Amino acid sequence: MFNFLVQRLGQIIPTLFFVSILIFGLQQLLPGDPAIALAGEERDPSVIAYLRAKFHLDEPIYVRYYYWLSGVLQGDLGESVRIQKPVLDLIVEKLPVTIQLASMAIVVAMVIGITMGVVSAVKKDTAWDYAANVIALWGLSTPNFWLGIMLILLFAVQLGWLPASGYVRPSEDLGQNIATMVMPAFVLGNAIAAVMMRHTRSAMLQVLGADYVRTARAKGLSERVVVMKHGLRNALVPVITLGALEFGQLLSGAVLTEQVFSVPGFGKLIVDAVFNRDYAVVQGVVLVTATTYIVLNLLADIAYFLVNPRLRA
Amino acid sequence: MNKLKASLFAAAAAVTLAAGTLAPGAASAQSTLRIGLAEDPDVLDPTLARTFVGRIVFAALCDKLFDLDENLKIVPQLATAFEWAGDNKSLLIKIRQGVKFHDGEPLDAAAVKFSLERHKTMQGSNRRGELAPVDSVDVVDPNTVKLNMKAPFAPLIALLTDRSGMIVSPKAAQAAGANFGAKPVCAGPFKFVERVAQDRIVVERFADYWDKGRIHFDRIVYLPIVDAQVRLANLKSGQLDFIERMAPSDVPGLKNDSRLKVSKIVEIGYQGITINIGKSDRAQQNPLGKDPRVREAFELSLDRQAIVQVAMDGEGVPGNQWVAPTNSWYAKSVAIPKRDVAKAKQLLQQAGVTNPSFTLMAANTSDAQRIAQVVQAMAKEAGFDVKIQSTEFSTSLNLADKGDFDAYVLAWSGRPDPDGNLFSFHACKQPLNYAGMCKPELDELINASRVELDAAKRAKIFEQIAASVAKERPIVYLFHRHWLWAYTNKLSGLRTIPDGLVRVQDLKVN
Amino acid sequence: MATVAAAAVPEVQEPHPVVQVLRRLVRRKGAVFGLVVVGFFVALAVFAPYLAPHDPVATSWLAVRKPPSDVYWLGTDEIGRDVLSRVIFGARASLLAGVISVAIALTVGVPVGLFSGYVGGWADALIMRIIDAMLACPFLILAIALAAFLGPSLTNAMIAIGISATPIIVRLTRAQVLAVKVEDYIEAARAVGNPHLRIALRHIFPNIVPPILVQATLAIAAAIIAEASLSFLGLGQQPPAPSWGSMLNTAKNYIDHAPWMAIWPGLSIFVVVLAFNLLGDGLRDALDPKSR
Repeated sequence: MFNFLVQRLGQIIPTLFFVSILIFGLQQLLPGDPAIALAGEERDPSVIAYLRAKFHLDEPIYVRYYYWLSGVLQGDLGESVRIQKPVLDLIVEKLPVTIQLASMAIVVAMVIGITMGVVSAVKKDTAWDYAANVIALWGLSTPNFWLGIMLILLFAVQLGWLPASGYVRPSEDLGQNIATMVMPAFVLGNAIAAVMMRHTRSAMLQVLGADYVRTARAKGLSERVVVMKHGLRNALVPVITLGALEFGQLLSGAVLTEQVFSVPGFGKLIVDAVFNRDYAVVQGVVLVTATTYIVLNLLADIAYFLVNPRLRA
Repeated sequence: MNKLKASLFAAAAAVTLAAGTLAPGAASAQSTLRIGLAEDPDVLDPTLARTFVGRIVFAALCDKLFDLDENLKIVPQLATAFEWAGDNKSLLIKIRQGVKFHDGEPLDAAAVKFSLERHKTMQGSNRRGELAPVDSVDVVDPNTVKLNMKAPFAPLIALLTDRSGMIVSPKAAQAAGANFGAKPVCAGPFKFVERVAQDRIVVERFADYWDKGRIHFDRIVYLPIVDAQVRLANLKSGQLDFIERMAPSDVPGLKNDSRLKVSKIVEIGYQGITINIGKSDRAQQNPLGKDPRVREAFELSLDRQAIVQVAMDGEGVPGNQWVAPTNSWYAKSVAIPKRDVAKAKQLLQQAGVTNPSFTLMAANTSDAQRIAQVVQAMAKEAGFDVKIQSTEFSTSLNLADKGDFDAYVLAWSGRPDPDGNLFSFHACKQPLNYAGMCKPELDELINASRVELDAAKRAKIFEQIAASVAKERPIVYLFHRHWLWAYTNKLSGLRTIPDGLVRVQDLKVN
Repeated sequence: MATVAAAAVPEVQEPHPVVQVLRRLVRRKGAVFGLVVVGFFVALAVFAPYLAPHDPVATSWLAVRKPPSDVYWLGTDEIGRDVLSRVIFGARASLLAGVISVAIALTVGVPVGLFSGYVGGWADALIMRIIDAMLACPFLILAIALAAFLGPSLTNAMIAIGISATPIIVRLTRAQVLAVKVEDYIEAARAVGNPHLRIALRHIFPNIVPPILVQATLAIAAAIIAEASLSFLGLGQQPPAPSWGSMLNTAKNYIDHAPWMAIWPGLSIFVVVLAFNLLGDGLRDALDPKSR
């Protein structure tokens, strides 16, 4: 256990190093002079010159990387040029929104995915199986932005049940807060449900075919008990681990959904910053979400390690 | 599952409740106005700000020395009067008395001097270029400032109706330094409360506003919602009271909606195609940049009315100059050419290129793409082979700046004085002169138009400039959009001012 | 590819293993549905010039956003082009976006995964850390940055999606290599003195084909959605050429008064992506030796 932990922890440093190079490099590769992009409508030459100097744009890429990295190591993620706010403040501001949205999406995904996975495994090769498949897959088969706009037109404009978009802080109005998050969470969760369903299904099939389940059946336990107690319980471990990983992906992966529903989370922050060439924001936010993802990955590995005795040898 | 259902129910109930309380409450006086913006503004510091959308928020936060009315006439705001003096090389401005900043500090001549100097000298200032002709600012008395120049400068007062004319609290600005934009302190009708990037900007009524009788809301919340459809959906479902820049194609649909109203006005900016005629070597490498006859043929192949109809659903007016035909500075002697495909073909024959080919760079926004596609199809009928090069917006600016393009679909949000649509675009080596226009005669005319304070004489100069530009065609002006605002029919008092900014004075809910 | 897979499975019993797989595949109705739908759209894409009633880029000022009629069966779009013809030609762009981007991912990912898993040691460790780093950056953000870097076009969108999809292929390949590397017959081949490249290609590669095939099918589905998503941001297929994603992106602006512009490309994406997903799931079941 100790060796395993040390080894996995040791891998984090180089991975993070590559993450930093990747996001920094990609940013710098983007065509379009950030000074021109940020100089606004007038594109005053003196402003462009000032921005170039301020952000070391005329220096070689490795020098800029050095500046950035040494800042990061001192806890300084830089400043958004566009709105002149420290990146760290932006992250702190958006973190609760992003976490709430990702959590709600995971709940939606698990409810749909696990239910459909169980149905599909237990009723394998029947009409139920196919129906469960299609229900779980339709979210994955529709572009998020499209589903989002459809939902807005239906539930906000036509029916008037939910607010069309935006965000309300839970401290202001919890009901409204949840109401604004329902649709984006559904769109996101629906798209992940298929992955959950696949894993639940294969795990269930595996468990249901195992010896001890056969024994349980032979003992005369009702099918319901067998499925719930033996099947689902064992199948849940990998699915929950998967949920943790998907959660990590969602932190910055909800780009278009956040865009459509005007949810002020990480995804929207990053994309706007990419298009506005607001380098520090892209780099800072992706660094934070990537780190979170890597840590969640580590925790998932540890969880696997703990529940899977064969690995412990 | 049950839990989820319960919370869904709770949410739905909360929404109905909120909607329920809103409707009767409106009978008294709604205290919050919610405005949907098409983009998230940039930094809220008048000196550093650089986007159009930011100016919409400034309209509530920061009063300016002068303002514009519906007919683009200049009206007083923080200034009460002005007077040119000393061979028209200085401008005396009387400052309104008794005006206070949001922090309680008095707004006087010293504060005006401070703000103008800040615009001129602060690092990274986007106002420096505009105010370059102003050499210095003197405080004459507590209510009068004097702006000194080397030569008369006709566009100056119009510049002071925009960010250059915004006065910030010297005390707050000195204390905050470069971070002033995080909590701007001005003398507008509303003061800054909070900003959550990409989510909202909240301002609240400033109790000591000098013109408080015209303010009827306690709060304004600005919400950036990028997608026009979603912005409209929010208006329809009641989350917003007002949206700016609605999609033209949505206008007919709202005619049947009795709960909503649409207002429009022709913009002060323009939509056009910038042609590389001398920005780089590429100008000489394609027939369009090389030969004025080919450019004339290109213009003749276009039906501007049809472009407005198809690309903008008719929400705009065709134009051929940097100001719209509705503008008082429009040169009537230079009329919009009618489409003439036969003549276009003839011109191409004369130029010896019957099937000229060029790339038309267009940003990957839906407006620019639609315009590019319509232009492509029209020009094809005259024999042009137009290749559309879709480019991400920031990249396209860079390519334009380097002169790495043949033709470019580019819009300009416009400035109240025609000089703001002209000088930087057509004078030699100016930053926005992507076409590479550089003719000494034209520069002379443009400079003459800047120092001429007499409107009638200035208009005459503009006619000469218009004729010269129309012949050379560094920019083929296409049309001027309508600014489109949609809002709840309970709202009244909206003034449609061609600069596209939302004045909050007089706005109220009935 | 499938025949290679068969050759490597030792001790062939009665019906050919490929036949067995096909039989199992056909038994899954979902997979059959997927296969038929994919086949239909591939035919549509291939024969588009013969099937489309109009030129997909020809505009008509007099027929802007007209509802379905005798002339335009599915109506016209915002600048008067035939929606049906655009949906048919759009099948090309969308299917190509799916297939080519996955082909790119496979071309890069499989060799790297094979190498990494087979060689092991520090090279493996290095490659895996890079792959971890790529996985830690969200798929769409990578694709957006790459597409913005390369410039908006269908080809560049495919490259961007392909590169973004590569790390998963690398991981999967490597995992399969690690699993079979220790099998007896590989050890035997090595003991006999076969060169490494030959072992990797002849003995290991065939074993990794089935799971890669499944992953590739699902990845095509994901890539088609990714192209649509990039189109939403203006980074996919560029006008006037159609793809379902770009059509949908434009159509959303007119959803209120010209719904026909949105229905067909939207439905096409949905059906095709669903079909690829069902096909992939069916393949997985059919290729899994444990399934009955």
